[in-house]
Amino acid sequence: MTAHTFTHLDALESESIHIMREVAAECKNPALLFSGGKDSIVMLRLAEKAFRPAKFPFPLVHIDTEHNFPEVIATRDKLAADLGERLIVRSLEDSIKRGTIVIKDPDKPRNPYQSVTLLETIAEFGFDACMGGARRDEEKARAKERIFSFRDEFGQWDPKNQRPELWDLYNTRVHAGENIRVFPISNWTEMDIWEYIAREKLYIPEIYYAHKREVIRRGNSVIPVSHLVQPKPGEQVEVLSVRFRTVGDMTCTAPVESTARNAQEIIEETSTTRITERGATRMDDQTSEASMELRKKEGYF
Amino acid sequence: MSNATQLLRFITAGSVDDGKSTLIGRLLHDSKSIFEDQLSAISKTSEKRGMTAVDLSLLTDGLQAEREQGITIDVAYRYFATPKRKFIIGDTPGHEQYTRNMVTAASTANLVVILIDARKGVLTQTRRHTYLASLVGVPHIVLAVNKMDMVDYSEDTFNTIVAEYRAFAAQLGIHDVTCIPMSALNGDMVVEHGDNLGWYKGAPLLDFLENVVIDYDVNTADFRYPVQWVCRPQTQEYHDFRGYMGRIESGEVAVGDEITVLPSGRTSKVKEIVTYDGKLQRAYAPQSVTLTLADEIDISRGDMFVKADGMPQVAKEFEAMLCWLAEAPLDRNRKYIIKHTTRMVKCLFSRLDYRVDVNTLAHHETGKLNMNDIARVAMKVQQPLVLDHYGKNRFTGSFIVIDEATNNTVAAGMMV
Repeated sequence: MTAHTFTHLDALESESIHIMREVAAECKNPALLFSGGKDSIVMLRLAEKAFRPAKFPFPLVHIDTEHNFPEVIATRDKLAADLGERLIVRSLEDSIKRGTIVIKDPDKPRNPYQSVTLLETIAEFGFDACMGGARRDEEKARAKERIFSFRDEFGQWDPKNQRPELWDLYNTRVHAGENIRVFPISNWTEMDIWEYIAREKLYIPEIYYAHKREVIRRGNSVIPVSHLVQPKPGEQVEVLSVRFRTVGDMTCTAPVESTARNAQEIIEETSTTRITERGATRMDDQTSEASMELRKKEGYF
Repeated sequence: MSNATQLLRFITAGSVDDGKSTLIGRLLHDSKSIFEDQLSAISKTSEKRGMTAVDLSLLTDGLQAEREQGITIDVAYRYFATPKRKFIIGDTPGHEQYTRNMVTAASTANLVVILIDARKGVLTQTRRHTYLASLVGVPHIVLAVNKMDMVDYSEDTFNTIVAEYRAFAAQLGIHDVTCIPMSALNGDMVVEHGDNLGWYKGAPLLDFLENVVIDYDVNTADFRYPVQWVCRPQTQEYHDFRGYMGRIESGEVAVGDEITVLPSGRTSKVKEIVTYDGKLQRAYAPQSVTLTLADEIDISRGDMFVKADGMPQVAKEFEAMLCWLAEAPLDRNRKYIIKHTTRMVKCLFSRLDYRVDVNTLAHHETGKLNMNDIARVAMKVQQPLVLDHYGKNRFTGSFIVIDEATNNTVAAGMMV
């Protein structure tokens, strides 16, 4: 190995490992947010690279909306068990029972409510740092967020008042009750994620690959039929070959038409696609130009 | 693996009026890194604002506040790729009060593109950006003389600006500058050469970004390995395993190499280089690895492994160039915290030598430091630091200063 064979993936990987080790060393009680989606599966591999042969010095945490695809939840449980790492799951249903979340329409997307359960979970375990698999190429607000993103007592992000982040000297200090969100794969793009999945031969939920699925068309989107989404009168159910580029809330995550059956074929599709990842698949981001910024200010990760 | 793609981090410096956002938009657009949904969103906004053509600068306006005010308020990172390289752009606003943002973005950059409006030539802010780039030690500088369409693509205008700029840069000891005439608006010399600048024989900006040699941007000579985390699995299988995890910040290391642990000065030999993907015989900066040693010695986070040739300094007092980042000015009566490599210790400012006027580069005596001030200072730390001159090593010569009361990062420092 010489400087010439140190590829962009090697550089990104080394940066992410470095970040995770800084979190482990400097934060008192960190956690790694793990959903079973592709980005968090990459995070899991990076954590293995950072800490093996030891166990992870933090638990895995999932905030379950109970609107997730069953294949993703199954993958979440399988990977956590295979690695022998501790998985903490907290559900929006718990917050609903407590009355801290009041749902107006049970079939509507639940992403806006995730912040509530996340903040409750942070308080329950006293986490001072939560690592998440968000990337800066996903969304405009994320592009302006630091790798170590400071949150106040209310979990709020203040974009105009961020700590300067220089070199790779990360400021991890917080007062009691405050916490930081850490994004070790900030500098990765969707393409980097797929190239890494291919290189590392990572197991990801089958629904990321092309499969036949019942869908309905609403506006510009193709929506998967599920127990949460049923055709309205006049809507046609079609069976298409699709794959998911992201796997979020089932009511607002749209698949794309595709025939790519493995990571390599997805890389080829990704290199020619003309639509962004969230633009193609996240209906909740399209409500306003600032939807993500507003959610982050409320404590969303 | 000659077809391996490398990662290049660069920043753009210039004011809104120099067409900086347009340049970035053009780079993304012409390299086909803009997606249809992004383009349709900014087309709608352009239309709403009564523009006739799509305003590519809208692509880099991230936050609601910025869109409302039509300005860029903070560092934003953009990503694009060509078959040759992956790029990370640190987009920094050029507004006067944001010196700290440029220093921040420049701290991790391989290259800076300094934008000039061809009609205005070398301005105070051009000098300021160049000085900051040299202060932060950005290895490569490109001068993009933009808006050439507004001066009839005049070669003479370009040459005059370049001569003036080179004379100024030479004063700072910068001799390696690549100057490119450009019209980001029309796309001349950004990705394609275009038809309007036939007299210019150099490569377009993207071509230069794809080919500039960055292998030697890190110090390849001096081995520096700050210990981040001590790995003790304490399992049956790894009962006696004691690994020192970290990233090689510069130089290289091989199994069997004699190393010195600083600041204690104890020595040992590298027994193994462990990674998740198997053991290595040799590893290079900037790999993250785990080292085991032949001897059991007391080592913890904050210690640094080095080799006998090319030793760093171990010091409790040192001098540095400092950029003050916080709104609250420096309080010389207080102790602050310094984070340097993987070490955090208390520090105090024993002397303020002078403040640099970033517009004239003149030195002024000063008793205080305010936001965006750059000064030469002398500092004392509670525990010794293992350090190099910043000019020799960006990783072991840099530090941040943290205010213990607010936990804010209040200053960035470069050891001299």
